Amino acid sequence: MVAPHGLSFDVAHMLAGGLVLVSFMMLYQDRLTALLHVLALHAFVLALSVAWQAHIQDAPHLYIAAGIALAFKAILVPYALRRMVFQMGLHREIETVGGVGITMLAGIALVALSLEVMLPVTAHTDPVAREDIALALSVVLIGLLMMVTRRNAISQVVGFMSLENGINLAATGARGMPLVVEISVAFSVLIAFIVIGVFLFRIRERFDTIDVGALDRSRGGQR
Amino acid sequence: MIYAFLAQLVQMTLILVLSPLLTGLVRKVKARLQRRRGPSVFQPYRDLRRLLGKEAVIADNASWLFRVAPYFVFASTWVAAALVPTFAANLMFSWSGDLIAITALLGSARFALALAGMDIGTSFGGIGSSREMMISSLAEPAMLMIVFSVALIAGSTQLSTIAETMLNGDVGLRVSLALALIALVIVAMAENGRVPVDNPATHLELTMVHEAMVLEYSGRHLAMIELAASLKLTLYIAMIACVFVPLGMASGPGQVVPDAIGATAWLAKMAVGGVLLGVAETSVAKMRVFRVPNFLGAALMLGLLGVLLLFVSRGM
Amino acid sequence: MTGAIWSIPALFVLAIVGTVTAKTPAGRIVIYGGSLLLAAGLLIAGFDALTGPVQHLRLPLGLPWIGTNLRLDALSGFFLVILGLGGGGASLFALGYGRHEHHPERVLPFFPAFLAGMATVLVADDAFTFLFGWELMSLTSWALVMAHDKEPGNARAGFVYLIMATFSGLALLLAFGMLAGPLGGYAFDSMRAAHPATGTAAIILIVALIGAGSKAGLVPLHVWLPLAHPAAPSHVSALMSGVMTKIAVYGFIRIVFDLLGPNQWWAGTAVLVLGGITAVLGVLHALMERDIKRLLAYSTVENIGIVFIGLGLALAFRATGFQAGAALALTAALFHALNHTVFKSLLFFGAGAVLNATGERDMETMGGLIHRMPRTSFAFLAGCVAIAGLPPLNGFASEWLTLQAILVHPEMSEWGLKLMIPVDGAALALAAALAGACFVRAFGIVFLGRPRTDAAAHARETDPWSIAAMMGFAALCLLAGIFPGVVIDAIAPVARGLTGARMPVQLGDAWMTIAPVEASRSSYNGLLVFGFVTASILLTVAVVHRLSRGVRRGPAWDCGFPDPTTASQYSAASFAQPLRRVFATVVFQASDTVVMPPPGDNRAASIVRRIRDPIWDTVYAPLGRGVGWIADRANKLQFLTIRRYLGFVFGALVVLLMALTLWQ
Repeated sequence: MVAPHGLSFDVAHMLAGGLVLVSFMMLYQDRLTALLHVLALHAFVLALSVAWQAHIQDAPHLYIAAGIALAFKAILVPYALRRMVFQMGLHREIETVGGVGITMLAGIALVALSLEVMLPVTAHTDPVAREDIALALSVVLIGLLMMVTRRNAISQVVGFMSLENGINLAATGARGMPLVVEISVAFSVLIAFIVIGVFLFRIRERFDTIDVGALDRSRGGQR
Repeated sequence: MIYAFLAQLVQMTLILVLSPLLTGLVRKVKARLQRRRGPSVFQPYRDLRRLLGKEAVIADNASWLFRVAPYFVFASTWVAAALVPTFAANLMFSWSGDLIAITALLGSARFALALAGMDIGTSFGGIGSSREMMISSLAEPAMLMIVFSVALIAGSTQLSTIAETMLNGDVGLRVSLALALIALVIVAMAENGRVPVDNPATHLELTMVHEAMVLEYSGRHLAMIELAASLKLTLYIAMIACVFVPLGMASGPGQVVPDAIGATAWLAKMAVGGVLLGVAETSVAKMRVFRVPNFLGAALMLGLLGVLLLFVSRGM
Repeated sequence: MTGAIWSIPALFVLAIVGTVTAKTPAGRIVIYGGSLLLAAGLLIAGFDALTGPVQHLRLPLGLPWIGTNLRLDALSGFFLVILGLGGGGASLFALGYGRHEHHPERVLPFFPAFLAGMATVLVADDAFTFLFGWELMSLTSWALVMAHDKEPGNARAGFVYLIMATFSGLALLLAFGMLAGPLGGYAFDSMRAAHPATGTAAIILIVALIGAGSKAGLVPLHVWLPLAHPAAPSHVSALMSGVMTKIAVYGFIRIVFDLLGPNQWWAGTAVLVLGGITAVLGVLHALMERDIKRLLAYSTVENIGIVFIGLGLALAFRATGFQAGAALALTAALFHALNHTVFKSLLFFGAGAVLNATGERDMETMGGLIHRMPRTSFAFLAGCVAIAGLPPLNGFASEWLTLQAILVHPEMSEWGLKLMIPVDGAALALAAALAGACFVRAFGIVFLGRPRTDAAAHARETDPWSIAAMMGFAALCLLAGIFPGVVIDAIAPVARGLTGARMPVQLGDAWMTIAPVEASRSSYNGLLVFGFVTASILLTVAVVHRLSRGVRRGPAWDCGFPDPTTASQYSAASFAQPLRRVFATVVFQASDTVVMPPPGDNRAASIVRRIRDPIWDTVYAPLGRGVGWIADRANKLQFLTIRRYLGFVFGALVVLLMALTLWQ
């Protein structure tokens, strides 16, 4: 049991909260490349958070999970996505459904909702796990919100990745999660990434024929 | 008693006398980063002297409000700045206004300036006032959310008590504080008309907000407004320093040594703040005016998120 | 009791005198002079009750088995003070303003009766008397709204107002009926003694919230307010916005805090939600408005929202057993109610003076009035600063207190409260900031800049009576702002009566500082802030004037391109454009359409702004259509044969009899 308001609690709380904050930064971004940088930051914070969990739970296998998160999610996937953006010459502004302000307001409401749902349910568990799970659920919900409110396929992928990160946070926060589960979670991301990559190439055809043209036409008119 | 009074007086004078220096420092840093030599850090003082020496020209149809506003803006900003602890907390009159009152005093100053911008009846004055009020309508609630976060952690809205809690109390690392810090930086940028929101150095018509409002001012009136702007910048940096890095601050005036340490620490913090501001301003581009609401809306949301987290975690 | 008791019948007598003397030149002096004196009587009675013991009186009038019960306690006393202030100010203003009335016979008799109705509500101690006063207040104010029924829009305003007033009366009737229970104890004493079951109490609370809230202007029941308040003559608008909405607040407090007894915590949440929405939506509406009086009416909606935020906090704290917090929140709400009476009356007086001077209510036709009407503009400025919640005036003091009430909360376990209280804090902050923008716009467009029409260019300063009323209220704004401790201590008996606790005594502190909980937690000293700012201004002026050379007048600079046409100034619509774009595109689905004629076509381009009221669209318009649909169907019933009518009567009889058998 970790005492609330000790250093280990504070850092865990801080990192989990930081993850929520980075999720909000994603909601705020309206440029693709910047969004990918934020995705990298998101995964980096996740890796730190997992590493800290490894430290306070004294569970060395979590270090491996942190390493996986850092290598794949913070470096490889954003880099690959970035290459895709440049190779495909995608339009680099993100079209959102509804304004940024509204989306962020909805995000706040989702955080409130997840706190409201999770904290009473987990009343008797370890405070660190409680905080982590509640905040992880908010990260997941914000990721979903992002997928719903973005028209661009890449940013939908980013939303999905952040959602995965939220699940990872929840998984490491809960104790006694075996390494197998974590590795499978990490690999599921990779598989999802591949699937979505294929998916993206399918979409590109439509981008070239329909969507980009529509976008360019609308650039001439009023926004 | 006399020492306490003197300390208060020193605080008021210190912040007034040093604020143009801070402006000069920021300008110097920006100039050096742009590979210019830039004017001396003491240039703002010379500007003030020059403006004071000049005759003030005001428009034919200016009302009394136009002439009173600069003094009111300056005075209320000065009083607000005097309420922020610099070298020592718990100054003699520190209880006469808390953080909310400081925010509201700055609001009063802005109210007066926005009215003055509309007094002559030019389109530039109107555009400035209108945009200034749009910015403040988001910056002010964001500021209050920051105040809420900090006040809930420290259990007080008094800046002196907050600084002491941050200095001595067992605050630890708090997500809400981090959120509040980011939000406060955004608000400070907006309130002072710094780069991503407004450009203090521009007279390019369509991008200016603050400069458009004060376009009709000249001479001593303009000097008061410029000085008030410097004071406001100093106030915000001092406020950030006081809440988030109160290191070195004396817990109350009275002893010479802690006060001297506090003053030195404060000067160092202000210098660091000025340099950071210069770097930040050089490294980002100014936003379109209608992106500013999103930027400030983000600050408001961060503040609200911080307060929500605090409200929720308190009951755990 | 005596003061109030002779003032009320005297007001009725004055109303009757009004019907006789209305057409004579002296009628105005008699009625408004008399109202002024009697309002002073109510004010004194209010102060008396605020400090003195509870007084009862039973009169053998009204329903034979109840009589007319009157009671004067601290709560009634506080609102009598509000009524006396607002009523007295309006009477003083009307002494001069009433001169411009074209149909004095349609205003003079109703004005004292309106005051009498409101006073009756405040001293009533049984449901019958309360509702009598309430309906009298509604009807007389309706008559005053309809005083200028020929002006466009006023007939509709009167119609909507009448419907909403009836609805509100009905809701209160229902609330009292349920409070009285099956035994029919309509005296308030027996209601206090009875404790309704939890479910009944919940319904009573909701019904009371609907009844009082629709009179006060709570969203979504506010739609009549911005129509009706501006339609009345300006001193009546001041009375309706400044005082009548407070009588509604009184009704809510009386029923929910006093008669109903302890409440559940969700009641606080419900009131908090409504209060927050009301505050933000009201001020956003005000920002979009270009009619100065409607702007003020919408701002009333906003301020009612702030008052209800305070009341919701008080309910929440009381339900969770945190009496000191409840006292703080209730004090904040009452303080804000009082302040709103003062500055909103002042602003409506100013709007009335401008209306008289220019003949216009549309802000786009004004401008530059600060030169033509210096005193009015000074007082109006004080009102604007106060309502924008800026120190050192009174609006800041009460909003500060409300914010402190939000921050003082204990560690609560109710989730609804945990989430709603910070959100309401944000809503309050947003509303306050938007109010600042709204009143910069109101003052800047009306009084500053260059006159936009000839009417504005040739406006004349208003009469001394009106100026006296405005200056008096401006002084009150300052006094209540720099001595908030006096007001807080005066409210203490009310808070103690309703929450069982009170705020700490304020007047003991040095320099009249107010500290809601303790000085280390938060304190504010309006006097010192005011003194410091004033001293700094004087000092600076002295120093700067010594250093610098004089001032020269010249043409405006305007970046080198001063435009002689006044149309190039920022207008009310253009001032609001950024805010409309940021907020109203979402809330009101605002859209700007530019109609640009093709090249070669020399018609003028135009811009069309469209704003939809979401509440009206989603609630009232369908309701109206539904009523219309039913009326259309029912219309056929008018053209039936005698046999069919008889058949209906017979059928109704049989159904009733069957119901009776089933009942038994």
